[in-house]
Amino acid sequence: MSARETMFTRIRARLPAGTAAQRAAAVDERLARHARNLVPARGAGDEAHRIGVFTAMMEAVGGTVETLDDVNDVPHAVAAYLRRGNLPAHVRRGVDPLLARLPWHRGGAIEVAEGRAEESDRASVTRAFAGVAESGTIIQISGPENPTTLNFLPEAHIVLLEASQLFGSYEEVWTKLRAAMGEGNMPRTVNMISGPSRTADIEQTIVRPAHGPKNMHVIIVRGS
Amino acid sequence: MDMSGAAFPDNVSRALADGKLQYAMTETGPRFIQKRAKAREALPEFDQLRDQARDIKDHVLANLDVYLERYEARVRASGGQVHWAETPDEARAAILGICSKVNARLVTKGKSMISEEIDLNQHLAENGITPVETDLGEYIIQLRNERPSHIIAPAVHLTRDQVEADFRKAHTHLDPNRDLTEIPSLVEEARAVLRQKYLAADVGVTGANFLIAETGTSIIVTNEGNGDLTQNLPRVHIVLASIEKIVPTLEDASTILRILARSATGQDFSNYTTLSTGPRRAGDLDGPDEYHVVILDNGRVNVLGTEFQDMLRCIRCGACLNHCPVYNAIGGHAYGWVYPGPIGAVVTPALIGIENAAHLPNASTFCGRCEEVCPMRIPIPRMLRHWREKEFERHLQPAAMRWGLGLWAWVARRPALYRRATALAARILANQGHGAGRLASVPFASGWTQNRDLPAPQGKTFHQLWKERRR
Repeated sequence: MSARETMFTRIRARLPAGTAAQRAAAVDERLARHARNLVPARGAGDEAHRIGVFTAMMEAVGGTVETLDDVNDVPHAVAAYLRRGNLPAHVRRGVDPLLARLPWHRGGAIEVAEGRAEESDRASVTRAFAGVAESGTIIQISGPENPTTLNFLPEAHIVLLEASQLFGSYEEVWTKLRAAMGEGNMPRTVNMISGPSRTADIEQTIVRPAHGPKNMHVIIVRGS
Repeated sequence: MDMSGAAFPDNVSRALADGKLQYAMTETGPRFIQKRAKAREALPEFDQLRDQARDIKDHVLANLDVYLERYEARVRASGGQVHWAETPDEARAAILGICSKVNARLVTKGKSMISEEIDLNQHLAENGITPVETDLGEYIIQLRNERPSHIIAPAVHLTRDQVEADFRKAHTHLDPNRDLTEIPSLVEEARAVLRQKYLAADVGVTGANFLIAETGTSIIVTNEGNGDLTQNLPRVHIVLASIEKIVPTLEDASTILRILARSATGQDFSNYTTLSTGPRRAGDLDGPDEYHVVILDNGRVNVLGTEFQDMLRCIRCGACLNHCPVYNAIGGHAYGWVYPGPIGAVVTPALIGIENAAHLPNASTFCGRCEEVCPMRIPIPRMLRHWREKEFERHLQPAAMRWGLGLWAWVARRPALYRRATALAARILANQGHGAGRLASVPFASGWTQNRDLPAPQGKTFHQLWKERRR
């Protein structure tokens, strides 16, 4: 017998005999229904509330947030952010259509490269799939539009988050994800990111960064 | 420290006499407690979420075969492979097989307690493959050739100067006169050294906090981002998990995630929670070409359907360690195996046998804080009691203790005798402690009174007081 068969035989021997069919039906029903459990109230509210909670949570863990009303102002904001952080005027982004059609020339001399992150990249720009107010969390999904390495390799990670995609809870994001991918399907990677990389492994002293980005800057765009 | 569970008493004596360890434990221990309390206070729904989390895992364990099958089918549908391993041997062989197929020389590793359980690093090294731990704490203890002393803070037993000495010894390519007196400089050095390892690695191994049956997804939770670099840059990603990591849906995972970080570090949410489903897709510019999941049993199935089943709800947050007076006094290594603290005292006998871990169920004052703070509401003290019963049944205690317990049981089963004997003992002790109110020594209990006094009884037993009050 293979290890797989032995394991399943031994597990079944410890569960109530003769209930296999009912149990399978109950499990399938639960998986298909994927009902929500208790969702904390913290993130629930109108857009202003969600932006307020998100900003407070993100700033509490060392991230920074700015809010714009026009998506065309993003290149200027990115350039200003790089200048403030004393970073070279160079960013890497994926082929995300919204990022691609931004008027990058408004960012002055900023150089925009396309593709996955390279070791030498100091800053990246990604577009968030969604945001979650409750814990100040950005949700990124993998793909050529926003390659996963952009979230981790560069020392500054700049994220464009449309206010319309900023939800109160994780559960609302899963609803959006199922609508985009189909039931039961997932992107290769979903990254839930709450602030820049940190460690407390030496004497419980919090140090940023550990291995990922040193700075995380979220640009929330209203009315998009 | 002796790493066989049987050496517990010797390990404890050594731990209590270890000045560095005692400094590290007293300095950092209380911080975890304060952070959790603050996070809990900030989320009014916290305790209700704990109830729901408990119910989710109970439901999974009651239907574990079906959930594992559904999970496996979804992993396959997304292009991943599932490997089943009953024993550490089988798990090691599966991982080595995957590594050999791609001629791996360098393997980076995210934090995984199960890899400790199967001694993966040693096995890889013996087969010519270099494993590199990438979580900072794990990296430090790998340099020291130690096991983690805490489930989520593996190097919590060490002080800054010890880490500095380890880095100077290991990183000989760097300037010997560099300044490493501040903790951030140590972190920066590890970041630079490990960045090169991520980029050069052939295979990345991570653990899994959860496996989602609905989607065939594995989840890792980190603050450093090391797990993500480990699994995104190499050609192959291997997830090492155990059978009880299953949760049904994304919603169920969300519920448990809400209490995991709060219980562990007191964060509202960890910095990086990553959901992985299968290998690189068409059009992807990054991510692994192969995605494997190795699912280990290693004795867990034997716990299903027994009085110990609840331990399989554990999500390895470490809250019970942080709140345990015994753990905080002796550190994690004294427990002798992979899982320290209260949950370790429950899990270790189940996985390696009570005969190899007989002291652990006694490493508790039964104060109950572990159960009080456990996000999954695991009745740890009750299970420790069950292990003590097993210990007694199997004659694992010293003769004097068995004789004493036997005598007590004999008397306790005879209420009239019991009342007379306890009344007599209470009177004698009250007389002896007259004036001072405490006893510096008690017959047959010199070990107990060596370092503290026994409060003297007031003269009457509980039964007598109860009777008087009812009148």
